Amino acid sequence: MNPVLLLAQLGWMYLGYAIPLIVVISLVYAATRHEDLRAIGRHAFGCAMWIIGLMVVVGLIMAVVSAWL
Amino acid sequence: MVGQTQGHSQETIDLKDPALAAFLGWLVPGLGHLYQGRTAKGILFLVCILGTFVYGVYLGGNSEVGWGRVVYMSFHPEDQRLHFLCQAGVGLAAMPAVIQAFWLRRGEQAQNPGQKPREPLWGSFMAPPRLPSDRSSNRPTLDDLHKKLHHYFELGTLYTMIAGLLNILAIYDAWAGPVREEEAEAENRPSEEGVVSKASPEAGSEPPESRAFGSGEPRGIDPTPS
Repeated sequence: MNPVLLLAQLGWMYLGYAIPLIVVISLVYAATRHEDLRAIGRHAFGCAMWIIGLMVVVGLIMAVVSAWL
Repeated sequence: MVGQTQGHSQETIDLKDPALAAFLGWLVPGLGHLYQGRTAKGILFLVCILGTFVYGVYLGGNSEVGWGRVVYMSFHPEDQRLHFLCQAGVGLAAMPAVIQAFWLRRGEQAQNPGQKPREPLWGSFMAPPRLPSDRSSNRPTLDDLHKKLHHYFELGTLYTMIAGLLNILAIYDAWAGPVREEEAEAENRPSEEGVVSKASPEAGSEPPESRAFGSGEPRGIDPTPS
Protein backbone atom coordinates (compact mmCIF):
# COMPACT_ATOMS: atom_id res chain seq x y z
CA MET A 1 0.00 0.00 0.00
CA ASN A 2 1.11 3.53 -0.72
CA PRO A 3 2.78 4.79 2.51
CA VAL A 4 1.31 8.26 2.04
CA LEU A 5 -2.21 6.81 1.90
CA LEU A 6 -1.45 4.67 4.93
CA LEU A 7 -0.34 7.74 6.89
CA ALA A 8 -3.46 9.62 5.79
CA GLN A 9 -5.63 6.75 7.04
CA LEU A 10 -3.79 6.75 10.37
CA GLY A 11 -4.42 10.50 10.60
CA TRP A 12 -8.15 9.93 10.19
CA MET A 13 -7.97 7.17 12.80
CA TYR A 14 -6.45 9.59 15.32
CA LEU A 15 -9.42 11.90 14.82
CA GLY A 16 -11.52 9.23 16.54
CA TYR A 17 -9.86 10.18 19.80
CA ALA A 18 -11.44 13.62 19.46
CA ILE A 19 -14.98 12.22 19.63
CA PRO A 20 -15.05 11.36 23.36
CA LEU A 21 -13.45 14.70 24.13
CA ILE A 22 -16.02 16.62 22.09
CA VAL A 23 -18.85 14.75 23.82
CA VAL A 24 -17.45 15.31 27.30
CA ILE A 25 -16.53 18.96 26.76
CA SER A 26 -19.97 19.70 25.31
CA LEU A 27 -21.77 17.97 28.18
CA VAL A 28 -19.73 19.63 30.92
CA TYR A 29 -19.94 23.06 29.28
CA ALA A 30 -23.70 22.73 28.85
CA ALA A 31 -24.09 21.51 32.43
CA THR A 32 -22.44 24.69 33.73
CA ARG A 33 -25.25 26.71 32.10
CA HIS A 34 -28.37 24.71 32.88
CA GLU A 35 -29.90 22.67 35.68
CA ASP A 36 -32.47 20.79 33.63
CA LEU A 37 -31.05 17.63 32.02
CA ARG A 38 -33.06 18.07 28.83
CA ALA A 39 -31.73 21.61 28.44
CA ILE A 40 -28.23 20.29 29.09
CA GLY A 41 -28.68 17.66 26.39
CA ARG A 42 -29.96 20.19 23.84
CA HIS A 43 -27.20 22.66 24.60
CA ALA A 44 -24.54 19.91 24.53
CA PHE A 45 -25.73 18.70 21.13
CA GLY A 46 -25.59 22.22 19.72
CA CYS A 47 -22.19 22.78 21.27
CA ALA A 48 -20.83 19.53 19.81
CA MET A 49 -22.13 20.44 16.36
CA TRP A 50 -20.51 23.85 16.68
CA ILE A 51 -17.15 22.31 17.62
CA ILE A 52 -17.32 19.77 14.78
CA GLY A 53 -18.29 22.51 12.34
CA LEU A 54 -15.38 24.63 13.45
CA MET A 55 -13.02 21.68 13.08
CA VAL A 56 -14.31 21.00 9.56
CA VAL A 57 -13.89 24.65 8.56
CA VAL A 58 -10.36 24.81 10.00
CA GLY A 59 -9.55 21.47 8.35
CA LEU A 60 -10.77 22.74 4.97
CA ILE A 61 -8.74 25.92 5.33
CA MET A 62 -5.67 23.85 6.22
CA ALA A 63 -6.30 21.58 3.20
CA VAL A 64 -6.58 24.57 0.86
CA VAL A 65 -3.49 26.23 2.34
CA SER A 66 -1.49 22.99 2.14
CA ALA A 67 -2.47 22.61 -1.51
CA TRP A 68 -0.74 25.92 -2.21
CA LEU A 69 2.47 24.93 -0.41
CA MET B 1 -37.57 26.55 47.62
CA VAL B 2 -40.01 28.22 45.25
CA GLY B 3 -40.65 31.88 44.52
CA GLN B 4 -41.87 34.32 41.87
CA THR B 5 -39.89 37.02 40.09
CA GLN B 6 -41.19 39.23 37.23
CA GLY B 7 -43.64 36.64 35.94
CA HIS B 8 -41.12 33.80 35.99
CA SER B 9 -41.80 30.80 38.12
CA GLN B 10 -38.64 30.43 40.14
CA GLU B 11 -37.08 27.31 41.51
CA THR B 12 -34.19 28.14 43.76
CA ILE B 13 -30.97 26.17 44.03
CA ASP B 14 -29.67 25.91 47.54
CA LEU B 15 -25.91 26.00 47.19
CA LYS B 16 -25.53 25.28 50.92
CA ASP B 17 -21.92 26.16 51.76
CA PRO B 18 -20.45 27.14 48.34
CA ALA B 19 -16.84 27.02 49.58
CA LEU B 20 -17.27 23.51 50.95
CA ALA B 21 -19.08 22.44 47.78
CA ALA B 22 -16.23 23.81 45.66
CA PHE B 23 -13.67 22.00 47.80
CA LEU B 24 -15.61 18.74 47.60
CA GLY B 25 -15.95 19.28 43.84
CA TRP B 26 -12.17 19.56 43.59
CA LEU B 27 -11.60 16.43 45.70
CA VAL B 28 -13.92 14.29 43.57
CA PRO B 29 -15.56 15.70 40.42
CA GLY B 30 -19.29 16.10 41.03
CA LEU B 31 -19.09 15.53 44.79
CA GLY B 32 -19.85 19.19 45.47
CA HIS B 33 -23.05 18.92 43.44
CA LEU B 34 -24.04 15.72 45.23
CA TYR B 35 -23.51 17.56 48.53
CA GLN B 36 -25.80 20.33 47.28
CA GLY B 37 -28.45 17.81 46.27
CA ARG B 38 -27.91 18.43 42.55
CA THR B 39 -27.64 14.70 42.01
CA ALA B 40 -28.07 14.44 38.23
CA LYS B 41 -25.43 17.06 37.52
CA GLY B 42 -23.14 15.55 40.13
CA ILE B 43 -23.31 12.16 38.46
CA LEU B 44 -22.88 13.77 35.02
CA PHE B 45 -19.71 15.57 36.14
CA LEU B 46 -18.43 12.47 37.95
CA VAL B 47 -18.86 10.20 34.93
CA CYS B 48 -17.67 12.68 32.30
CA ILE B 49 -14.66 14.14 34.10
CA LEU B 50 -13.45 11.11 36.00
CA GLY B 51 -14.08 8.91 32.94
CA THR B 52 -11.94 11.21 30.79
CA PHE B 53 -9.19 11.23 33.40
CA VAL B 54 -9.20 7.45 33.84
CA TYR B 55 -9.14 6.90 30.09
CA GLY B 56 -6.16 9.28 29.83
CA VAL B 57 -4.40 7.36 32.61
CA TYR B 58 -5.11 4.13 30.73
CA LEU B 59 -3.77 5.54 27.44
CA GLY B 60 -0.65 6.92 29.11
CA GLY B 61 0.80 3.70 30.43
CA ASN B 62 1.18 -0.01 29.99
CA SER B 63 2.16 -3.03 32.01
CA GLU B 64 5.81 -2.62 31.01
CA VAL B 65 6.48 1.00 32.06
CA GLY B 66 3.64 1.25 34.59
CA TRP B 67 0.22 2.82 34.39
CA GLY B 68 -0.60 6.50 34.49
CA ARG B 69 2.88 7.65 33.47
CA VAL B 70 1.42 10.78 31.86
CA VAL B 71 0.34 12.13 35.26
CA TYR B 72 3.39 12.98 37.32
CA MET B 73 4.66 15.91 39.32
CA SER B 74 8.10 17.27 38.53
CA PHE B 75 9.30 20.85 38.65
CA HIS B 76 12.97 20.03 38.22
CA PRO B 77 14.71 22.35 35.69
CA GLU B 78 15.42 19.29 33.51
CA ASP B 79 11.77 18.23 33.43
CA GLN B 80 9.21 20.87 34.31
CA ARG B 81 5.91 19.05 34.02
CA LEU B 82 3.62 22.07 33.87
CA HIS B 83 0.87 19.82 32.49
CA PHE B 84 0.38 18.65 36.06
CA LEU B 85 -1.01 22.07 36.99
CA CYS B 86 -3.98 21.25 34.74
CA GLN B 87 -4.15 17.58 35.73
CA ALA B 88 -4.25 18.48 39.44
CA GLY B 89 -7.63 20.11 38.83
CA VAL B 90 -9.19 16.66 38.98
CA GLY B 91 -8.36 16.42 42.70
CA LEU B 92 -7.75 13.20 44.61
CA ALA B 93 -7.40 11.16 41.44
CA ALA B 94 -4.15 13.01 40.65
CA MET B 95 -2.76 12.90 44.18
CA PRO B 96 -0.80 9.64 43.76
CA ALA B 97 1.51 11.71 41.55
CA VAL B 98 2.21 14.06 44.45
CA ILE B 99 2.89 11.15 46.82
CA GLN B 100 5.22 9.52 44.29
CA ALA B 101 7.14 12.75 43.73
CA PHE B 102 7.65 13.33 47.47
CA TRP B 103 8.50 9.65 48.06
CA LEU B 104 11.24 9.67 45.41
CA ARG B 105 12.49 13.14 46.39
CA ARG B 106 12.82 12.13 50.04
CA GLY B 107 14.61 8.99 48.91
CA GLU B 108 17.14 11.03 46.95
CA GLN B 109 17.75 13.35 49.88
CA ALA B 110 18.23 10.50 52.37
CA GLN B 111 20.32 8.37 50.03
CA ASN B 112 23.84 7.55 51.17
CA PRO B 113 26.68 7.10 48.66
CA GLY B 114 26.62 3.61 47.21
CA GLN B 115 23.14 2.93 48.51
CA LYS B 116 20.50 1.58 46.13
CA PRO B 117 18.04 4.34 45.09
CA ARG B 118 14.47 4.21 46.34
CA GLU B 119 12.01 2.54 43.95
CA PRO B 120 8.65 4.13 43.06
CA LEU B 121 5.52 2.95 44.83
CA TRP B 122 2.64 0.95 43.35
CA GLY B 123 4.45 -0.38 40.29
CA SER B 124 5.49 3.14 39.15
CA PHE B 125 1.86 4.32 38.98
CA MET B 126 2.06 8.09 38.26
CA ALA B 127 5.77 8.06 39.05
CA PRO B 128 7.97 10.75 37.50
CA PRO B 129 10.44 9.52 34.89
CA ARG B 130 14.13 9.41 35.69
CA LEU B 131 16.00 12.60 34.85
CA PRO B 132 18.54 12.22 32.02
CA SER B 133 21.33 13.30 34.35
CA ASP B 134 20.39 10.69 36.97
CA ARG B 135 22.39 7.50 36.34
CA SER B 136 21.66 5.90 39.69
CA SER B 137 18.68 3.80 38.56
CA ASN B 138 17.35 2.08 35.47
CA ARG B 139 13.90 3.70 35.59
CA PRO B 140 12.71 4.98 32.18
CA THR B 141 13.41 8.58 31.24
CA LEU B 142 10.87 10.83 29.54
CA ASP B 143 12.41 9.90 26.19
CA ASP B 144 11.97 6.21 27.01
CA LEU B 145 8.31 6.77 27.86
CA HIS B 146 7.76 8.54 24.55
CA LYS B 147 9.47 5.72 22.68
CA LYS B 148 7.48 3.00 24.41
CA LEU B 149 4.08 4.69 24.49
CA HIS B 150 4.34 6.42 21.10
CA HIS B 151 1.47 8.85 20.47
CA TYR B 152 -0.47 7.47 23.42
CA PHE B 153 1.75 9.51 25.72
CA GLU B 154 0.49 12.73 24.12
CA LEU B 155 -3.10 11.47 23.98
CA GLY B 156 -3.04 10.45 27.62
CA THR B 157 -1.57 13.81 28.57
CA LEU B 158 -4.27 15.59 26.59
CA TYR B 159 -7.13 13.61 28.10
CA THR B 160 -5.93 14.04 31.67
CA MET B 161 -5.27 17.76 31.21
CA ILE B 162 -8.72 18.34 29.73
CA ALA B 163 -10.30 16.39 32.59
CA GLY B 164 -8.57 18.65 35.12
CA LEU B 165 -9.58 21.81 33.28
CA LEU B 166 -13.19 20.65 32.91
CA ASN B 167 -13.34 20.05 36.63
CA ILE B 168 -12.50 23.71 37.19
CA LEU B 169 -15.70 24.55 35.30
CA ALA B 170 -17.59 22.07 37.49
CA ILE B 171 -16.05 23.57 40.64
CA TYR B 172 -17.16 27.03 39.55
CA ASP B 173 -20.67 25.67 38.96
CA ALA B 174 -20.70 24.22 42.48
CA TRP B 175 -19.45 27.52 43.87
CA ALA B 176 -21.70 29.96 42.04
CA GLY B 177 -24.50 27.99 40.38
CA PRO B 178 -25.07 27.81 36.63
CA VAL B 179 -23.78 30.65 34.47
CA ARG B 180 -26.58 32.92 33.26
CA GLU B 181 -27.12 35.73 30.84
CA GLU B 182 -26.74 39.20 32.32
CA GLU B 183 -30.44 39.99 32.23
CA ALA B 184 -31.39 36.82 34.01
CA GLU B 185 -28.61 37.37 36.49
CA ALA B 186 -30.08 40.75 37.34
CA GLU B 187 -33.51 39.15 37.82
CA ASN B 188 -32.24 36.24 39.81
CA ARG B 189 -29.82 38.11 42.04
CA PRO B 190 -29.42 35.99 45.18
CA SER B 191 -31.43 37.40 47.99
CA GLU B 192 -29.44 35.59 50.61
CA GLU B 193 -25.95 34.22 50.99
CA GLY B 194 -25.35 30.97 49.13
CA VAL B 195 -28.75 30.80 47.38
CA VAL B 196 -29.40 31.48 43.69
CA SER B 197 -32.60 30.96 41.78
CA LYS B 198 -33.38 29.41 38.42
CA ALA B 199 -36.42 29.73 36.22
CA SER B 200 -38.50 26.60 35.88
CA PRO B 201 -38.95 25.35 32.30
CA GLU B 202 -42.51 24.43 33.19
CA ALA B 203 -43.40 28.06 33.87
CA GLY B 204 -44.78 28.72 30.40
CA SER B 205 -42.69 31.85 29.98
CA GLU B 206 -39.19 31.78 28.59
CA PRO B 207 -36.61 30.54 31.05
CA PRO B 208 -33.45 32.62 31.35
CA GLU B 209 -31.17 29.72 30.49
CA SER B 210 -32.73 29.42 27.05
CA ARG B 211 -31.22 32.74 25.99
CA ALA B 212 -27.80 33.41 24.60
CA PHE B 213 -25.27 34.43 27.19
CA GLY B 214 -25.01 38.21 27.39
CA SER B 215 -27.20 38.96 24.35
CA GLY B 216 -30.75 38.58 25.62
CA GLU B 217 -31.71 36.89 22.34
CA PRO B 218 -33.05 33.33 22.11
CA ARG B 219 -30.36 30.84 21.21
CA GLY B 220 -30.86 28.62 18.17
CA ILE B 221 -29.34 25.55 19.77
CA ASP B 222 -31.50 25.80 22.85
CA PRO B 223 -35.09 26.37 21.71
CA THR B 224 -37.46 28.02 24.08
CA PRO B 225 -40.20 25.74 25.36
CA SER B 226 -43.68 27.12 24.61
